[in-house]
This record gives sequence, C-alpha cells and structure tokens, in this order.
Amino acid sequence: MTLAPERTSTATRTGVNSRLSVTSTEPRPQRPELKKSGRPNPAAHLTPEQIEEIGRELDAIRAEVMDSRGAKDAAYIRKVIKTQRYLEMGSRAALLFSGVKYRGVRPFWWIGTAGLSVSKILENMEIGHNVMHGQWDWMRDPKIHSTAWEWDNASPSSQWKHSHNEIHHTFTNVLGRDNDLGYGILRVDEDQKWTLFYLFQPIWHVANALMFEYSIAAYDLELGGYLAKKKRLSAEEKAKFRKEADEVLAKIKRQATKDYVVHPAMAAATFTGSTRHTLTANIVANLVRNVWTNTVIICGHFPPGIETFEKTSIEGETRGDWYLRQMLGSGNISGSKAMHVMTGNLSHQIEHHLFPDMPSNRYAEIAPKIRDLMERNDLKYVTGSLAKQVGGVYWKVVELSLPNKVEGRRRRDTILKAARKAIKGKGGQGRRY
Amino acid sequence: MTATLNRTSATRHTPRLAGLLDGARKVAHALATPLVPADYLDLIDPLRAGADLRGRIVDVTPETADSATITIQPGRGWDGHAPGQYIRIGIDIDGVRHWRAYSLTHRADAADGLISITPKAIPDGKVSNHLVRATTPGTLVMLDQATGDFTLPATLPERTLFITAGSGITPVIGMLRNSLDDLGDVVQIHCAPSERDVMFRDELLSYAVASRLTLHENHDDVAGVLDLASLDTLVPDWREREVWVCGPTGLLDAAEAHWEAAGLADRLHVERFRPSVVEPGDGGTVTFDRSTVTVDADGGTPILDAGEAAGVLMPSGCRMGICFGCVVPLREGAVRDLRTGEITSTDENSGAVPIQTCVSAAAGACAIDL
Ligand SMILES: Cc1cc2nc3c(=O)[nH]c(=O)nc-3n(C[C@H](O)[C@H](O)[C@H](O)COP(=O)(O)OP(=O)(O)OC[C@H]3O[C@@H](n4cnc5c(N)ncnc54)[C@H](O)[C@@H]3O)c2cc1C
Ligand code: FES
Repeated sequence: MTLAPERTSTATRTGVNSRLSVTSTEPRPQRPELKKSGRPNPAAHLTPEQIEEIGRELDAIRAEVMDSRGAKDAAYIRKVIKTQRYLEMGSRAALLFSGVKYRGVRPFWWIGTAGLSVSKILENMEIGHNVMHGQWDWMRDPKIHSTAWEWDNASPSSQWKHSHNEIHHTFTNVLGRDNDLGYGILRVDEDQKWTLFYLFQPIWHVANALMFEYSIAAYDLELGGYLAKKKRLSAEEKAKFRKEADEVLAKIKRQATKDYVVHPAMAAATFTGSTRHTLTANIVANLVRNVWTNTVIICGHFPPGIETFEKTSIEGETRGDWYLRQMLGSGNISGSKAMHVMTGNLSHQIEHHLFPDMPSNRYAEIAPKIRDLMERNDLKYVTGSLAKQVGGVYWKVVELSLPNKVEGRRRRDTILKAARKAIKGKGGQGRRY
Repeated sequence: MTATLNRTSATRHTPRLAGLLDGARKVAHALATPLVPADYLDLIDPLRAGADLRGRIVDVTPETADSATITIQPGRGWDGHAPGQYIRIGIDIDGVRHWRAYSLTHRADAADGLISITPKAIPDGKVSNHLVRATTPGTLVMLDQATGDFTLPATLPERTLFITAGSGITPVIGMLRNSLDDLGDVVQIHCAPSERDVMFRDELLSYAVASRLTLHENHDDVAGVLDLASLDTLVPDWREREVWVCGPTGLLDAAEAHWEAAGLADRLHVERFRPSVVEPGDGGTVTFDRSTVTVDADGGTPILDAGEAAGVLMPSGCRMGICFGCVVPLREGAVRDLRTGEITSTDENSGAVPIQTCVSAAAGACAIDL
C-alpha cells in the first residue's frame, strides 16, 4: 500500500477515544431530568464537574490497587489454578469407580460429581473468565495470559472475548448496543420493546440456564443475527461466519468427546460398571455449572434497581461518564468469601465493571470505597443476597413477559393484537431489543 | 496451550510401539482438553523430561558483598553447555516474570548435574539484586538452554589471554574451571574497583600460586582504571595470544579498538553483558514488521490509532484499555501507558513484550510484530 506522505509523517490525535480521559475537550451537557422513556434519570443531579471528579477518584482507586499488585496476588491465582486442577483430577479419579455401590448409594459418584461441578465452576469463573479479561497478564506468565487461555466451555475463548470483553464491557446496558441485556431472548428492562416472543420468556429463560454454555456459544457466534440477516450478508461475511461456526463445532466436539466419551470409556477399564455413571456424572456437572453461571450472571445486570441507557446518551462519553454507567448498570451479590470465589468474584460486579482488568482477588478490598463514593454522590449501590437478587430477576422475567402497562389500554388487548398479527404472518416473532 | 501432538519421540520405536504411543498421546490430549496433559503433569513434576525447561534453586552462596553463586537443579531436559556460554533465566519478582542472561560458572562434568550462575547486584538492578539478596532455595525458575559463542575453540590455543572486569569474570571462571589444565600458557588480567570486590579471588589466587596461570590484578582504587597501552609491559606477547574479554562497555570498546589497530581483530572474542535499553522518549517511529509499514507517532497517540491511520490491520476492541483485544507483541522498543505514564520496554533478554496498543504510545522507536 502506498501512503500519501502527509499520512506517514505524523499521526494526529483526532479520533482518540473520549473514554480515555476523565476530562473532555468539548463541554459535557448536563443530564436531562428524564430519560427518553420518561423514567427518571438516575444521574440527573450530577454536574459534568462532579462526574469528572468521580472519574478522578475512581482512577486513583484503580491506580492504588494496580500499583500494589505483587507476589501475593500471583500466588493467589496460581493456588486457585492448582486447587482446581487437583480437584478435577481427584474427582475424575473417583468417577472411575462411580458404579461401586455401598449400602445402596454410590459414594464415588456423589463425591466425583460434586467435585467435578465445583472444579468446572472454578475453571469457568474465577480462572477462565478473569484470565481472559487480562487480569493476570501483568505477571507475564505466557500460560496464564489472556491471549493464550482456552476454557472448559463450548464457546471458543477468542469468540467469547470479542462479544464479552469488547461489546458487553464497553457498551454495558446500552439498549441496542449491549446484546447481553437479555441475550436477545429475554426482556429484562421496561425500556426494551415488547414483542409476542417475550410472552414465553420464562420458558426461554429456564432453557437458556440449562443449556447456558451452548447458548453462550451460539450467542458469541451471533447465530441469531446471522439467521435473521443471512440473505443480506456479503460472501465475505458469510465465509467469516462459517469459519467461526467451524471453530465452535470443533470445540464442542472436543469438549463432548472428553466428557461424554473418553472419560466414561476410561471408567470401563476399572470393571466396576462405572461407564454409565461417569457419563451421568459429567452430564450433571455440566448442568450444575450451566445453571450456576447463569444464575450469577443474571444477577450482574438484571436485578431491580439497575439502570439501562439509551444509545444517544453515550455519545462523546468521557471516562467519568463511562464509569458512571458501569456503576449504575451493575449489581452485586453479598455473601461469604467462598461464595465470592465460586462466582469468580462477579459478586463484585460493580467493581468488576469499573475495572475489568483488576485481579479479581482485589475487588473485595475496594468494594467499601466504591460503595462510599456512590452513596456520597447519591447513586444507588445495588446489592443483596443471592436469593434476593435471583428472586428479583425471576420475578422480572415473569413480569416483563407482558407488555408495559399503558394508561387507557388493557395489556390483554396488546397481546391479542400481536398474536393476531403473528398468525397472519406479519412479523410477530421479531425479537427486537 | 494449543493441543499439538508431539510425534518426534515416537519415531525412535518400532512402528507398532510408535503407533501405540501415538494413540496413548492422543487419548491423553482428549482427556485433558482444553488444556494439554503437560498442564497437569507440570503440577506434579515441573522438572520432568519433556516439560518446558525449568530449574529449582538449591543453593545461594555469597561470593562478595554484592554477588552470589546460585546453584540450580535444571529440569531433565537440560542439554548441557560449553564453558563460557550463558543461559536466560526467568524469575518471578513481585509476581512479574523477568528474564535476564547469566553466564554459567559451574564445572560441566560434576556428577550431581547441578548448574550455577553468579550474578552481581548492580545499583537499582531489579533481577540482580533479587537473585543476590532475596532468592531462597526451593524457588522454581524458568530456563532456556545454554547459548552463546564466547567459548573456547575445539583446538585450544597455545597461548591465551583473558581480560575481565567486575562480573565479567563469570564466563571466564567457567572456562578456567573446565579447561585450565588443557590450556597451555594462560595469562589473566582481572580488574575490579577494589580488592574486596573481586569475585572468585581465592580461586584465582590458588591457580596463580600453583602456577597454572599468570594473574595480574588491577584494583582501580590503587592502580586506576586499566589502560590497554600497558599491555606491552604486562603481557609483552599479547599479540601472539588468543584473547577473550568480558566486562563493562568501556573496556570492551577499548579492547575492540586496540586489537583492531593492531590488525588482530580476529584474535579477539568479547562478551557484552549490558543490554541495549531504549531510553524512553516522547513519540518515535513505529514499525509494523509484517505489514512493512513505518509511521512517526507522537507521544500522545495510541499505537493502535497510529497503525490504523497508516492502514495497518490492527486487532482491537474497546479502545480504552479494558478488553485486551488489541494486545500484540512489542518486539523492540519502549511504549508509555497513556493512562498512567508507565513505561514498558524490551531489552535483549526480555524478548517480545505483549502490549495493549490502544492505551500505549511510542516512547522511542518501536517494532511491532504485526
Ligand atoms: C550474555 C550475557 C551474560 C551475562 N552474564 C552475567 C553474569 O554472569 N553475571 C552478572 O552479574 N550479569 C550478567 N549479565 C548481565 C545481566 O543479564 C543483567 O543485565 C544484570 O544482572 C542487570 O540486571 P538487573 O535486572 O539487575 O538490572 P535492571 O533492573 O535491568 O537495570 C538497572 C539499571 O542498570 C543498568 N544496567 C543493566 N544491565 C547492566 C549491566 N550489565 N551493567 C551495568 N549496568 C546495567 C540499566 O540500564 C538500568 O539503568 C549478562 C548479560 C548478558 C547479555
Ligand atoms: S482495544 Fe480493548 S484493551 Fe485495547
């Protein structure tokens, strides 16, 4: 490629991301009292200067932790990885004898299944998710690095990193930009447009939880979008999709072969009738992992009290604005230390969304500071026990399966109208968000 | 962590056995996916044959006030070395892995199979200070196989001259320990700031006392810095000698000039310890190696933007430092983190360092592997 000389000489600063800095070259507008949907704007009381100051304070909190990363943190992640790998090996060894019956129960099946479930959860959450976020890249250990990690999940890490790290973390809770908001199958915010599809969302939701690893894979692949837009895509886009689909299928095949063929086959060698039981153990462990990860993740952004944002509200966003959106768009889960580890510290979702590349073991120590900062600025720090947060989400899934209440119009009529339209084939099943 | 099957070792066996081993290896990989079997085996025995080369520090013995000999049990994949060669060692300090080169100082034929290096702590030196003062036996380190051509030739010279200064004695002590008896006439000039700074002094003196070599000590505090013009009196036959020189940059440059001037450059062998460090500046030229594009970027422009403006296909994501979608290897150079001002740079020993291009600006000339 030949370059015009003026292009080689000096790359100018134009186009530098406004989110890199807490200050802005253009004066930032005061936020309106109400959002477009008519609901109150939770940050309307903050002046642009106050938001800048919040940005500065958060930068300082980040710097303090990042500057003090050290041997203790490195030892922590290595210990978690070691524990997880030994737990997995131990559980898999126990499963080799999962068919052995003692007083009516199969003790090795129970031990092995429980151990394998916990190990898979640790691997996906505290290890995989966080390593792929680059939280441990600073150690310069090529084996514990975001560019090298592959996790025990159907979705290939490269695709997951794109949809999760880039799209979801940059555009958190922005309607129409953040596909994680309901994953395209759930309506979790009143400002999401209702369609007939959502009427059955309690079913979609449970199915999604059970099959979570596969729905994530399909979601990262943007399978839904591909099917919907297939006719309009260029040959290049189709080829790219096909390549990525092949990657997913290859990964799923490797994963399934391991869990459902090779390990059960190994169990045959112990002649304890353990093949079938090893198979069921693997199925159960994967289901437990799926349901648990889904539970944790829906608590991150869907519980009541968490805000969503309109596309236009993020134009020219500074780092402070972005921080503000992360704080208002995420919610925590309170609980014991063990619970935090099992959630991959996503129980500190607010802290994680502010600083996605901060080592997860440090979120607990900054949580009180973040809470204090939010309360000082009259911002709601959403947190609650697992039961409370999950309950809130499940209730929302049910409630928002129906259209919003509008004065002078019965919800039943809206639903019936949509149903009639669908039957006539006028695009009733459109899943819009 | 890619699951590539390593077939090479199977080829030594009969076809049937090889087939079996290959099958077993495939099963092991199928069991371990998405990891590889090595990830589990490393937990149990990190020094096993076939593992990435590592070593366990078994002893740290002070040599002088600021130097120490570190004895290491290398992994079973260790291939041995030629005296005078060095290894790269990767050690975690405050959780961060640092790689540095150190000359090997042990006897190659020792039955225990242990190897050793002798670092000298330099002021503000990250790794040298850690090795000399803070490392404890039991520590696991990463290693590379020995390398380097600062070695003795297969046919040893009749007459040899070693000129060393400070920690530059290390590769030479390795040669002396292994080959002194086979070398004919050896003269050694060793310089150090003062007598108590001399590493391996007792050993050098004992060789001299036993007339196995001729030793000239030059202590700068008494004699001043060695002037190579004095060679004519110290070692009148220096022109007939094969010479090995190791020490600070000043000494090496002087030696090169001296032997060059005498038309004897091919007799001179030097080893440089000092890595070329990029002095971080503000902005610089950024070269994208594989795209063969070079741009001048100022100190405020993310390399990601600079590259894209020049038409390089840059991986990217959030463009604000959170997703790590833009990480590429900085093969050479220095960059500044636009958020914190922190400098990340490469040196001869670090190899390529991964950087986030969206928040890194050039702080000197940079070469990016892209
Ligand atoms: C082939 C080879 C063999 C080597 N063998 C040995 C050996 O046997 N024993 C030994 O002690 N060292 C040896 N070194 C040097 C060693 O690799 C490190 O460079 C040295 O220990 C300093 O590392 P550091 O992390 O302590 O210093 P850094 O933290 O990297 O540097 C601190 C400061 O010291 C400067 N600096 C860096 N290296 C040197 C140096 N070598 N001399 C003077 N100033 C320096 C830097 O510019 C910086 O300002 C060898 C180097 C090479 C390339
Ligand atoms: S593009 Fe996301 S970290 Fe650089």
